[in-house]
Amino acid sequence: MAETVLETQGLTMRFGGVTASDNVNFKLKARELRCLIGPNGAGKSTFFKCVTGLLTPTEGHVFMRGQEVTGWHPHQIASLGVGIKTQTPNVLDALSVRENIWLAARRFHPVSEARDRSDEMIDRLALGSIARSSLGQLAHGERQRVELGLVAVADPWLVLLDEPAAGMSAQDVERMTAIIHDLTKTAAVVIVEHDMQFIRSIADTVTVFHQGAVLMEDHVDRVMSDAQVRAVYLGKKT
Amino acid sequence: MARTALQDVLLTLVVSALLIWIMPMLIGTYTLTVLVIYGMLGLSLGLIWGFGGILCFGQAAFFGLGAYTYAIAAINIGESTLPMLLAVLVPAIFAALLGAMMFYGRLTDVYLGVITLVVTLILFKFVNSTAGPQYVIGKARLGGFNGIPGFQTLNVPGDPGAYIWGDPYYYVCAVALVIVFLLVTWLLRSSFGRIALGIRENEVRMGLMGYDVAARKTVMFAIGAAIAGLAGALFANWGEIVTPSLFSLGQSAEIIIWCIVGGLGTRIGPIIGAAGLAYLKFLLGQQSLIDNTLITGLILVLFVLFLPKGLAPAIAALFRAVFGRTRRKPDARRMRRARHG
Ligand SMILES: Nc1ncnc2c1ncn2[C@@H]1O[C@H](COP(=O)(O)OP(=O)(O)OP(=O)(O)O)[C@@H](O)[C@H]1O
Ligand SMILES: [Mg+2]
Repeated sequence: MAETVLETQGLTMRFGGVTASDNVNFKLKARELRCLIGPNGAGKSTFFKCVTGLLTPTEGHVFMRGQEVTGWHPHQIASLGVGIKTQTPNVLDALSVRENIWLAARRFHPVSEARDRSDEMIDRLALGSIARSSLGQLAHGERQRVELGLVAVADPWLVLLDEPAAGMSAQDVERMTAIIHDLTKTAAVVIVEHDMQFIRSIADTVTVFHQGAVLMEDHVDRVMSDAQVRAVYLGKKT
Repeated sequence: MARTALQDVLLTLVVSALLIWIMPMLIGTYTLTVLVIYGMLGLSLGLIWGFGGILCFGQAAFFGLGAYTYAIAAINIGESTLPMLLAVLVPAIFAALLGAMMFYGRLTDVYLGVITLVVTLILFKFVNSTAGPQYVIGKARLGGFNGIPGFQTLNVPGDPGAYIWGDPYYYVCAVALVIVFLLVTWLLRSSFGRIALGIRENEVRMGLMGYDVAARKTVMFAIGAAIAGLAGALFANWGEIVTPSLFSLGQSAEIIIWCIVGGLGTRIGPIIGAAGLAYLKFLLGQQSLIDNTLITGLILVLFVLFLPKGLAPAIAALFRAVFGRTRRKPDARRMRRARHG
């Protein structure tokens, strides 16, 4: 049986009166690809932030490869080999595409190796023609692609992507799907998405969030045909 | 990075050699020396603010600390070499402690400004109040608002009798500035410098990449303080007295203005801003028609309104506009229109 790379136990996050994450028990195996879905405000991003150290959970525990990482800083979690893309783009606007990716590679590799790896990643993402442009000048889809590139270049074994396909063209999404498939050769990947078509094309197991809690966790086909899930998405009472 | 490291170093050496040679024909070396020292002080803030994203309202605190450390150590030790070293180390260590407290405490920029401001104020008040005979460090009396006069000034290392003053002191300061400038250049080209730039751009992203932002900002802050401390020690030697006014908020504010006027995010800008505005202040000091803080304020406002990026980037842009076209490679892939994301 594959190793569990990410586990949360009773993860709860409260903002004043709002319980954004409600007693989430989550398990992810090595090289698994998992999609998280749920309506707006379901608590997907909050769950992500608790896992990545951007927020400290009110209650509960987070484990990575068996090690407790609850309350760690993001840089400590990232240093373990965890790649993170937040929902809002987080890139280095004034720096070039190459510099962005190089900096991500440099964290784990010496200077020249980091350069080789970032060149390789730029080729793989077809960013060559804009490698010298600063991120601030790029279109949204390109920025998303660069952010995915700087996550991938660090060779993570766990990747957390919050809405990577948002606002992308069909061609961009296709390219990204290929990269994500590539990633799953070496890493477990968690993707938060709204785009059902995209999820169908990529997902196997899907976890549904609703009002901070896990509503359902099953194969994508069964999730999509589930009456309760459909009701949640359409906003009807069950 | 348009220029290679070697080109950068050569350009720096040629330009600074020319300036060091020509400037004494235009301005007296005594005045020139202090302009060079202020240039170094400007560079110290220009580094941490322009390239590290750390806006420190108390850079004068490290300048003053460097000057006082030098004066006190020189009185106690005599020979100037060790005091010079201490004048760099003490502010650096002080900044490392203060920086660690602020950056690991994850204070936002506003609080960082407030704390550095308050620390400067506290140092100023404290040093001002040490006029009594009980305030001594070794053989040195702190002297309160009177300051500390009469310490050993810079000598040839190992020979306390061979003072360096007058024209030679100008050359020492100018060469020191060139060396610091080259060190800053090297730092910014190193991984540390490139990572620092990343942190300036987006701390969250750099954290998510696995960089310890707090540790790196602390180191950057300490490096800035070390440079300011060196400038302070050189200033002490130039003035042959140190007074609490070195720590004043006015001094801190001036350093910030130098950086804005000269051009933040460039190495040369803060130096030009510092030397230029300090020289202007010197010229205005010789007349009594207009108040010179008024002029400094006016210049700041004009720059913020009309040249917000500062002097150095504006000159560079002008230079590119005039000479840039001929140097462009024919195969340049610059056809993309800039888009906004
Ligand atoms: N910092 C915060 N302070 C207060 N409330 C918050 C905070 N962050 C999130 N919330 C609330 O927590 C709930 C869950 O938000 P979250 O961003 O996790 O949802 P999401 O599932 O990612 O939604 P979306 O699909 O729109 O991205 C929402 O009700 C939101 O308003
Ligand atoms: Mg979200």
